[in-house]
Amino acid sequence: MSVSEIPHENRQNGGEKRYLKANHEQVSVFFEYPNNTIKTSKYNAFNFLPLNLFEQFQRLANAYFLILLFLQLIPQISSLPWYTTVIPLVVVLSITGVKDAIDDMKRHQNDNQVNNRSVLRLVKGRMEEDKWMNVQVGDIIKLENDQPVTADMLLLSSSEPYSLAYVETADLDGETNLKVKQAITCTSDMKDNLDLLSAFDGEVTCELPNNKLHRFTGILSYKGKDYFLDHDKLLLRGCVIRNTDWCYGLVIYTGPDTKLMQNSGKYTFKQTHVDRLMNILVLWIFLFLIVMCLMLAIGHGIWENKIGYYFQIFLPWENYVSSSFVSSLFIFWSYFIVLNTMVPISLYVSVELIRLGNSYYINWDQKMFYAPKNTPAQARTTTLNEELGQVKYVFSDKTGTLTQNIMIFHKCSINGTLYGDVIDKTGEKVAVSEKDKIDFAYNKLADPKFSFYDKTLVEAVTKGDPWVHLFFLSLSLCHTVMSEEKVEGELVYQAQSPDEGALVTAARNFGFVFRSRTSETITVVEMGETRVYQLLAILDFNNVRKRMSVIVRTPENRVMLFCKGADTIICELLHPACISLCDVTLEHLDDFASEGLRTLMVAYRELDNKFFRTWSVKHGEACLSLDNREKKLSIVYEEVEKDLMLLGATAIEDKLQDGVPETVMTLSKAKIKIWVLTGDKQETAVNIAYSCNIFEDEMDEVFTVKGKDSETVRQELRKARSKMKPDSLLDSDPVNIFLAKKHKALFTMPEEAHALEGDVELELLRVACMCKGVICCRMTPLQKAQVVELVKRYKKVVTLAIGDGANDVSMIKAAHIGVGISGQEGMQAMLNSDFAFSQFYYLQRLILVHGRWSYNRMCKFLSYFFYKNFAFTLVHFWYAFFNGFSAQTVYDNWFITCYNLIYTSLPVLGMSLFDQDVNDTWSLCFPELYEPGQLNLYFNKKEFMKCLIHGIYSSLVLFFIPMGAVYNSERSDGKEISDYQSFSLIVQTSLIWVVTTQIALKITYWTVISHFFIWGSLGIYFCLLFLLYSDGLCQMFPNVFQFPGVARNTLNQPQMWLSIVLIVVLCMLPVIGYQFLKPLFWPVSVDKILKRIHYCMKHPLPPPIRPRRRRPGLRRSAYAFSHQHGFGALITSGKTVKSKALKKNSFPAKK
Amino acid sequence: MTWSATARGAHQPDNTAFTQQRLPAWQPLLSASITLPLFFCAGLAFIGLGLGLYYSSNGIVELEHDYTGDAGSSNCSVCAAEGQGRAPPPPCSCAWYFSLHELFPGPVYLYYELSSFYQNNRRYGVSRDDAQLSGLPSALRQPANECAPYQRSATGLPIAPCGAIANSLFNDTFSLWHQHQPAGPYVEVPLDRAAIAWWTDYHVKFRNPPLVNGSLALAFRGTAPPPNWPRPVYELSADPNNTGFVNQDFVVWMRTAALPTFRKLYARIRQGDYSAGLPRGAYRVNISYNYPVRAFGGHKLLIFSNISWMGGKNPFLGIAYLVVGALCILVGFAMLVVYIRYQDQTDDDDDDE
Repeated sequence: MSVSEIPHENRQNGGEKRYLKANHEQVSVFFEYPNNTIKTSKYNAFNFLPLNLFEQFQRLANAYFLILLFLQLIPQISSLPWYTTVIPLVVVLSITGVKDAIDDMKRHQNDNQVNNRSVLRLVKGRMEEDKWMNVQVGDIIKLENDQPVTADMLLLSSSEPYSLAYVETADLDGETNLKVKQAITCTSDMKDNLDLLSAFDGEVTCELPNNKLHRFTGILSYKGKDYFLDHDKLLLRGCVIRNTDWCYGLVIYTGPDTKLMQNSGKYTFKQTHVDRLMNILVLWIFLFLIVMCLMLAIGHGIWENKIGYYFQIFLPWENYVSSSFVSSLFIFWSYFIVLNTMVPISLYVSVELIRLGNSYYINWDQKMFYAPKNTPAQARTTTLNEELGQVKYVFSDKTGTLTQNIMIFHKCSINGTLYGDVIDKTGEKVAVSEKDKIDFAYNKLADPKFSFYDKTLVEAVTKGDPWVHLFFLSLSLCHTVMSEEKVEGELVYQAQSPDEGALVTAARNFGFVFRSRTSETITVVEMGETRVYQLLAILDFNNVRKRMSVIVRTPENRVMLFCKGADTIICELLHPACISLCDVTLEHLDDFASEGLRTLMVAYRELDNKFFRTWSVKHGEACLSLDNREKKLSIVYEEVEKDLMLLGATAIEDKLQDGVPETVMTLSKAKIKIWVLTGDKQETAVNIAYSCNIFEDEMDEVFTVKGKDSETVRQELRKARSKMKPDSLLDSDPVNIFLAKKHKALFTMPEEAHALEGDVELELLRVACMCKGVICCRMTPLQKAQVVELVKRYKKVVTLAIGDGANDVSMIKAAHIGVGISGQEGMQAMLNSDFAFSQFYYLQRLILVHGRWSYNRMCKFLSYFFYKNFAFTLVHFWYAFFNGFSAQTVYDNWFITCYNLIYTSLPVLGMSLFDQDVNDTWSLCFPELYEPGQLNLYFNKKEFMKCLIHGIYSSLVLFFIPMGAVYNSERSDGKEISDYQSFSLIVQTSLIWVVTTQIALKITYWTVISHFFIWGSLGIYFCLLFLLYSDGLCQMFPNVFQFPGVARNTLNQPQMWLSIVLIVVLCMLPVIGYQFLKPLFWPVSVDKILKRIHYCMKHPLPPPIRPRRRRPGLRRSAYAFSHQHGFGALITSGKTVKSKALKKNSFPAKK
Repeated sequence: MTWSATARGAHQPDNTAFTQQRLPAWQPLLSASITLPLFFCAGLAFIGLGLGLYYSSNGIVELEHDYTGDAGSSNCSVCAAEGQGRAPPPPCSCAWYFSLHELFPGPVYLYYELSSFYQNNRRYGVSRDDAQLSGLPSALRQPANECAPYQRSATGLPIAPCGAIANSLFNDTFSLWHQHQPAGPYVEVPLDRAAIAWWTDYHVKFRNPPLVNGSLALAFRGTAPPPNWPRPVYELSADPNNTGFVNQDFVVWMRTAALPTFRKLYARIRQGDYSAGLPRGAYRVNISYNYPVRAFGGHKLLIFSNISWMGGKNPFLGIAYLVVGALCILVGFAMLVVYIRYQDQTDDDDDDE
């Protein structure tokens, strides 16, 4: 087909549709579809310099200094030589540039690795190996088992029956269960016939690239027929092919157009609160600068008018200056240049360096390294560290974050007997250890990973207790698990939910091995004997029924119904004969519930043949009915699921990640609120909330909000609020009501998010913030993000979202800080996170230790940094009053150049990389220490004003003491000391001493490096002083180094050192006094804790605080089952059951 | 991902004190037991030092005279009136008579002081060419732009030394005469005018351009003197070591002052009979009054002063030390009181818990 044959309506590439044709490269070329290269890097070797510089100058501070540089080049106003700005600017730009270059190199390497992966591509009737990046739209490519999908493509055919292909979408959406994709019949017939595939010329018209993972519509036109395409036929880049030997696909979206890349889309640049504050402060400083310049310009005008005009006999006005007004216009800019150091040039680059360093500490932390998976913690974003010290809200995912998503068959109650606890002779529970594990060697088909500790159950099984046998038989029959047996005796279960897998595995180990199934039969190996049960019906699970049943015909021709489900439901369906058993079992269930186990009741019923036959007819009718099918089916189901005989109950442990309850407790002591946002059901979520301390039994009550429309939601919220604090309804809108009362709230999000609409969301927020623990269930990823946004918008606090799956990505991106749990299946969450580590309990270390340190360091850094620049710059302001407002600097130009860059940079960097008020152990022992960060006490506008006042005071002292000391004074040999250069030297040396002692006072943790940096900086100052003022340099460049001999002549004068001592003492004593009096006059809780810690440090460590064992309290149902709609329909329809594969795989021995 | 295929433990972070932030450290605490003694000690030390400074400054004798010539103040007012409004002012002489009733202990230094003279004005301060002053021949012919408007003369010749500072060189001269006996003759007191500039300035910073045929005048050929100067730079003094750019008065003047009121050393009196100081008697200072300052409200002063170990007379440091010392002790006491009161309170609070 030539390009001209392309249907006219499709010619417009910018149109609404994408058009492509299989095996026709020209189409792809014509529409200029990109090839499959992905590019995440920003620069290449040629554009790096201009592009990077351009980006850097977009930053306000850098642009400011560039403008300043241009101002300095104007001789009429230049009050400082150009190098005072150029040298710092070049250093700052190159540090940032090097950092950007290193980052981009890494991205280049990653891109190259991905782009150069190889894939089989159909070229001229042959499969050829090619690189990923060469794949074009319209190509047909072949994928094999366990290969990642190259591009978004239409499944054409596969090795599996019905042209199914199984994919794992963990990287895409975090779900670990396999998904089924099916090719349409017209293409699946081609199988792996390369001739047919090469001849295939189907035309696809589909939507334009978009980021909706679960939506795709398109039409395939082939041989004159149109076939409808949906996302069930699309293999997305990022998926991995599983359990499918090979499959062929037609590439539809490539490279940047794929849904994966469209989703990863633009990176939202996160700014910390400190960043924002810094920008505001820089703006303030800028305004302050302008005001000062204005004042000085006015002063200059007056001076020139009153004195300067007459002083013209010695200093005539420049020829372009016609009046004092014109002169003051020029002087405005001159002072703008002189005072530029108010806006600290190295502020931003220092902040970046500090954050980088503190990020490295996170990467290096051994206590956040997870050895079993070999994953260290990772600070993926290096610009958010101090934000970690201000977290107020933590939003956590449940599955995979709080829990491991591993279900373990933990206990069971069979016919009134409790199994699972190991009890010694005295009847006490004994802690189990690995070596007590029961050996299931008698059962060849047992799963070696399964562990159980109670020997009595095994004894019961081997003794042949009929109830126990029936119990396990029901577990091995009543499920929708599928088995796979690639090697004889090694069964692999594909369960839709891990709960089911756990139950079936338990049955398997105890000798009731579910071996294989077809649409009509279930093969079970019962205590070594293979029996085939006829599967008559699956009464599938749903959220209303909360139970599932199977009806089977045993080899003995009995019709049996096995049912498992929630205790609340099953109890009502039981036969009156087993009420007493039910009571005992319910007691056991309470025990299970208090341990946070997920429970199910198991029951059975024997049906007589006739009854079943009539029921079966009804069932068949209900199945075929078109309207109200669901409802009719559930009525039919209810008819048969009654008069059940109770068998027992199972208790599954939803294994929490290590240390979750302790972490939650520590974090809540640090006044961090933890909200659990989960897509899971309410029961499951509540269960987990109890077991990980988010809900505690001593909390007052649970508010459950699950209205179906916004009005009922509002009513429920209002009711909850009036209960907690009746008068809070009166004050109309303040969101920040804080209540210490311990409440817990539970929000179940209905399908349509009514609770997140308009004014209801405010109501929701108010109620939720009053509660101690909050759980939101049935959340879609979008809703998770909405909740985070909600809190972010109204509460003005720092939020942190932690999750592991792709469904958490939106929340991770929305929160101020996103944390990904890495090392699990699926990388999506981690790739979008700012910090990643592999265990939830590392969160407390991340926040309470690293976050707190980073925040403290950053605050100390900022307050010191602003102070040192104020003290440095404002001296010029005072000097202006004595030099005719002529923009004369107090310091030598070289001092101005080096001050921020050399003399004072290292001590402050050292402080902000090494300082720690208390070590990590104490930080974790006293989570209360975290509070100042949340309230942002250590650096805010008030603190900034303190810095400013302190700076003004210091500059006053720094100027007037030397002035008084040299005024009309002479050296001891009668020569001059009141000359400008000596005066400069005195002031600048005093300044260096003052800022150095100031930082020495700030440092609380003096490492060797701190000593080295501080004394080293002082040393460097004096060395450079003698170098810059040396005879040789001055003779070589007399106009650049104008201060020869000043150091030698003045440093030996007593006035100089007397001034320095006086200045240092005058500057330090108020600070020491303030530090001393502050905790006495305005004590904060932290002071008390610090005092206690300092006291404790002199004494041995207290015993680590053990978390209290939670006492079982309220009776509650612990029913939980992470089950959505089951596989049931699929199984009975026979669609996914690999009838061929079954013969091939399950019984290889018989082949 | 990146670390999936690597060996076990490959990503284990190093267990060093540095990476784990466990560097051994000294953690000082500003407790009351340090702070309060610190205040008291600093206070006492400062008071002691302040007393010493104050008395040594007070021991210095100073004698100063304003010879600006404001109407009626001294006989220099004639010169001042004559020079009014004329540039350059005509040469004029006047004298200052004073008598000492006791010995003015030596060594005695003679200073001149100018007030309201903005040597620290930036435009004034940069109006020089250090390259030219360091004797670079190229800079001699090409003075720096900063020197403007004293960069080139009206005829286009480069000015040497260029710039406003050099142009405004102080050119009053003084001589001191001593009358041993009343009505006796005045004897000239020798003024030692050598080595009044910094050694480094005189030997390093200021250099004459290389002599041409052994002559400094030839070296300066093709340059013009600053407009205010009556003589070219190479005729500043007859002494070949004290002329040109290395003239002591010139070097002293070129070291600009930090403040608008400043003193500059004119001479030392340490020779002959006067090595121990100025004996009692009547004195006369002959002033050749050339330098105009009245136009901008400036003043010219002559000062005789001697010197202590910590320089010239300046009570500031002594007083400042005394005040700061006293403040330290006062604040120390206040803090002690506060500490005792609030300490009890916090203890009570702790007990309440």
